[in-house]
Amino acid sequence: MTGYLIRRVLGAAVVMLVLSALIYGLFYLAPSDPALLTCGKGCTPERLADVRVAMGVDDPVPAQYAHFLEGLVAGRDYPAGADVRHCPAPCLGYSFETDQPVTALLLDRFPVSFSLALGAEVLSLVIGIGAGMLAGLKRFRLVDRLVNGLILAGYATPVFLVGLLLLLLFCVHLQWLPFPQYVPFTTDPLLWAQNLLLPWTSLAAIQAAVYARLTRAGIQETLAEDHIRTARAYGVPERRILWRRALRGAMLPLITVTAIDVAGIMTSAVLTETMFGLPGVGQLLVGAVRQIDLPVVVGVMLLTGLIIVVANAAADLLYAAADPRVQIR
Amino acid sequence: MSLLRDRGFLVGAVIAGLMVLVAITAPLLAALAGQDYTTYHDDLLDSARGGVPIAGFSGEHWLGVEPGTGRDLFARLVYGAQISVGVALAATVLEVLFGLTAGVAAGLGGRWLDAGLSRVIDLVLSVPILVLAVSLLAIVPQDWPRPLLLATVIALLGWGGTARITRGETLTLRTRDYVAAARLSGARRWRVARREILPGLTTPILTYAALLVPYNMIVEAALSFLGIGVRPPTPSWGQMLSSATTWFRADPLYVFLPGALLFTTLLSFVLVADGLRRHLDPRQAPR
Amino acid sequence: MTLLQVEDLHIHFGDVHAVDGLSFSLEAGGSLGIVGESGSGKSATALALLGLQSASLSSGRIDFDGTDLLRDPDWRGIRGAQIAMVFQEPLTALNPFQTIGAQIAEVYRLHTGASRRAARERAVEVLGQVHIPDPARRAAAYPHQFSGGMRQRALIAMAIACRPRLIVADEPTTALDVTVQAQILDLLDEVRESTGAALLLISHDLGVVAGSTDAVAVMRHGRAVESGPTAEVLVHPRSDYTKALLDAVPRPRPPRDLGERRPLLRLDGVRKEFPQPRRGALRKPSPVVAVDGVTLEVAAGETLGIVGESGTGKTTLARMMVGLVPLTAGRITFDGTDIARRRTHSSIQMVFQDPLSSLNPRRTVGESIADPLRLQGIRDPRPRVTALLSRVGLAASAYDRYPHQLSGGMRQRVGIARALAPSPRLIVCDEPVSSLDVTTQAQVLTLIEDLREELGFALIFVSHDLAVLRQIADRIAVMKDGRVVELGPTAQVYDTPTHPYTKELLAAVPVTDPAEARRLRILRRKESPARAT
Repeated sequence: MTGYLIRRVLGAAVVMLVLSALIYGLFYLAPSDPALLTCGKGCTPERLADVRVAMGVDDPVPAQYAHFLEGLVAGRDYPAGADVRHCPAPCLGYSFETDQPVTALLLDRFPVSFSLALGAEVLSLVIGIGAGMLAGLKRFRLVDRLVNGLILAGYATPVFLVGLLLLLLFCVHLQWLPFPQYVPFTTDPLLWAQNLLLPWTSLAAIQAAVYARLTRAGIQETLAEDHIRTARAYGVPERRILWRRALRGAMLPLITVTAIDVAGIMTSAVLTETMFGLPGVGQLLVGAVRQIDLPVVVGVMLLTGLIIVVANAAADLLYAAADPRVQIR
Repeated sequence: MSLLRDRGFLVGAVIAGLMVLVAITAPLLAALAGQDYTTYHDDLLDSARGGVPIAGFSGEHWLGVEPGTGRDLFARLVYGAQISVGVALAATVLEVLFGLTAGVAAGLGGRWLDAGLSRVIDLVLSVPILVLAVSLLAIVPQDWPRPLLLATVIALLGWGGTARITRGETLTLRTRDYVAAARLSGARRWRVARREILPGLTTPILTYAALLVPYNMIVEAALSFLGIGVRPPTPSWGQMLSSATTWFRADPLYVFLPGALLFTTLLSFVLVADGLRRHLDPRQAPR
Repeated sequence: MTLLQVEDLHIHFGDVHAVDGLSFSLEAGGSLGIVGESGSGKSATALALLGLQSASLSSGRIDFDGTDLLRDPDWRGIRGAQIAMVFQEPLTALNPFQTIGAQIAEVYRLHTGASRRAARERAVEVLGQVHIPDPARRAAAYPHQFSGGMRQRALIAMAIACRPRLIVADEPTTALDVTVQAQILDLLDEVRESTGAALLLISHDLGVVAGSTDAVAVMRHGRAVESGPTAEVLVHPRSDYTKALLDAVPRPRPPRDLGERRPLLRLDGVRKEFPQPRRGALRKPSPVVAVDGVTLEVAAGETLGIVGESGTGKTTLARMMVGLVPLTAGRITFDGTDIARRRTHSSIQMVFQDPLSSLNPRRTVGESIADPLRLQGIRDPRPRVTALLSRVGLAASAYDRYPHQLSGGMRQRVGIARALAPSPRLIVCDEPVSSLDVTTQAQVLTLIEDLREELGFALIFVSHDLAVLRQIADRIAVMKDGRVVELGPTAQVYDTPTHPYTKELLAAVPVTDPAEARRLRILRRKESPARAT
């Protein structure tokens, strides 16, 4: 087990290294000149030359990347005019736009995205599994058809459309809720939840369809398995078969999917955050892309990569814990 | 075949077909209405109320005009269909092309090729498509035609699923005894691949690709919604929805029209995909 | 005293009349075998005894000790407690998420209301009773940690846990190797003796019921065509169908005179390793050796039988002989040339086990047969293909049909026709009849024998079934763990086996003569007292 964990962490480190090289290469070697962008409007050739030196963009690419890595691991110094500015590890550079350290920006925005993803995931799991069970049991024909229809509609709905309609309905028409505005959990948990309710709902409306479909398929597949027949042949009551066996079999694929979806929701919250004006990582990214603020874009990409790698590892561990047939060596 | 008696599939197919037709004949339809999507009609706006249209539906502007600019809504919506359907279909074609090539190469190539390609496929699959698309569109050459660029970026990030399915199916098919029998009868590699393996891929790829169309449509709408999709004045439903967010108190119809169109089109393609899946490949549930 | 009385049972699934007026009875503590081919309605009958048929209509009467099981009785008191069932697939019949002990204990508690502790103890006790070694420890294992035979033992343990009065075993050994099959049948026999439960044994194999039952009912098309004491029915059958079934059982042939031996295929120290996937470990795991140094020779016109249980490497060996699987070490020559260097393989052909998988579902069977002919440069292969089809006993109209439109036996005939198409000098058959019903199996076997006589090709016949090989093979190679442990003329291998494994295999072969079956059981008990695999 320890050996597995060590290997897993090492593997993740390698993946992150490759990923950072790819992202760095992709964005810094792209046609747009980062120095020109940093220099901003009204850039004189002299200033541009200064900026180029300061940013080290004239160094060979591997050297630039090495500096970048060094900054990530040990921190690095940036010349700022006459002074030297120290950027502590993990250093992702400074935003071209606001001149703030990217790491601080990310840390500042992360809780917002995390709150959004976590709440949406919980909500969609509850709705999705519930609906999937109702449909999977095939007890009530009407419920089954309704859930099937909703599942398809869920696939066919872009999240921003749901969000827009929810806003229109609850904030404009009925005026039941204020227009969402992020309140940190530590400040006021109640306000935090109230303000995130609409974003959560719009994300969950889509995501729940996926879980409902998985749950329904899982229950139906498990109920068709041979060991269910054995249980029936030995007089195990139907209720016990459903709750103890069918549900267990159906939940298994959900474990992997859920862990990965937490990462997925978080990274694709770009839309939700933009629409509801939530100051999360996604909103940061959209802003940075519009301004071609490369350090921020690269920072967000790396954070995204890290989240995905961690979530995948967590999914594997959870799955191994839940299924006795999977062995971790 | 029973597919032609499946009500859901039929309804979906008819609407989807209609939307494709609208997309193709957009200039014709706009000309028929006597409008284009760029001309401003300030005279139709109530400047006292910030530019809300004075009149709704009319003989001249069938679906009214856009708030703020006064451009003809009907023309913008039908041209929007062109972007929405066109980009989604083009991206799907590219994805199937990439995915099929990579998947077959991984499935039929040697162990090393398979290992390498599988890693790449895993990577592509784990990439959050929206985040990367947003970032990529920031650095790509800005002078390309925007719809083509969108389709290419969506396809570059979205071929993983097709590749994984193709690889899996190819690996299963190549262990079939009839493939061994074909080799025993003296058929060469390429002939075996062409005659025994590739035909078996049609069904799973078709059902999967059908689902990719609405999915790509959502991605395109999302990118346009974020303002990173097509460039103004080219209209797109996602972009119209985005600008509608500032108008939805004053002009709810402006939210409703592109929203309803987008949803209907998406639903019709999902219905088609679902029908195909249920009738051709009951094993594979879409995600 | 009669425990189970079935009278005029009818079961319908939609339009299908699965069971059509079946009647039989079973004494308390007695044993009854139900034999029939697939589709005879025997499994439907078994499931009806426990009310496990959903979506079916039944009529008639199933009287179990005074309760009519068709009138929806209180199943909780019957299922598992009074009637216990042993299923065909031990692999999937147990819950993969629960330990073996917990599954048995759950059933026991359900019916007796015993304490958790008592239930656990009972589980260990019955696991010991079915000869699971170290039952206290093994009770904590999950099903996937058990071998196929051990899982079937565990299922039997579950069956006897609540001391039922009737055990229904539906094809309990079909998924198992022949030596394990013998052990499980012996165990069922032993359990019946020690618990006094009656046994209803359902099988497609006359040999399985011969040694384990007192009475037998032969089913066909949902009806019992003949029933009576096992010794009577299997030795002096009255119905034509029973006679046909018994006739279909392969029987030894007198040795053939092949004349001068002219070697055709030579295997020299053939070895095959399969590399194990490296699961992140730094050291590469040692490869699995599937075939381990096989040296043998096949003469022109000869038939070599290769016998072995699952996982002995016989299929890998067969595929190496036709050049489908490359060798790790050693050499195979055909007619003097190395098989790896030959450009076309068409003078060696293969007939596969699963006729459905061996035909491309998207092409007509005619096209599949025509392919090798086209590759040989024949422009219009249709007349040749039609001739081949009629030679294997199929109509010319089969040319334009797709594999799924044909029955299993017909598909295998197509497979044979395809193998014949390039006029091969050697045909390798990998379990060609093991997925077929007994009567179809006999027909296909006869067809292969006839073709061999007529066309004079050499034949390598791979099978797990010693009886089949005894009928068709001139010489037999016995494989175990990738090696050939015994090789010799058929009569010699059967009559005077030298290797202990060959002896074990031969003692395990089910025979249809009840007296002989009993004798073999006693022999097995003496040689290897209750052993679990």
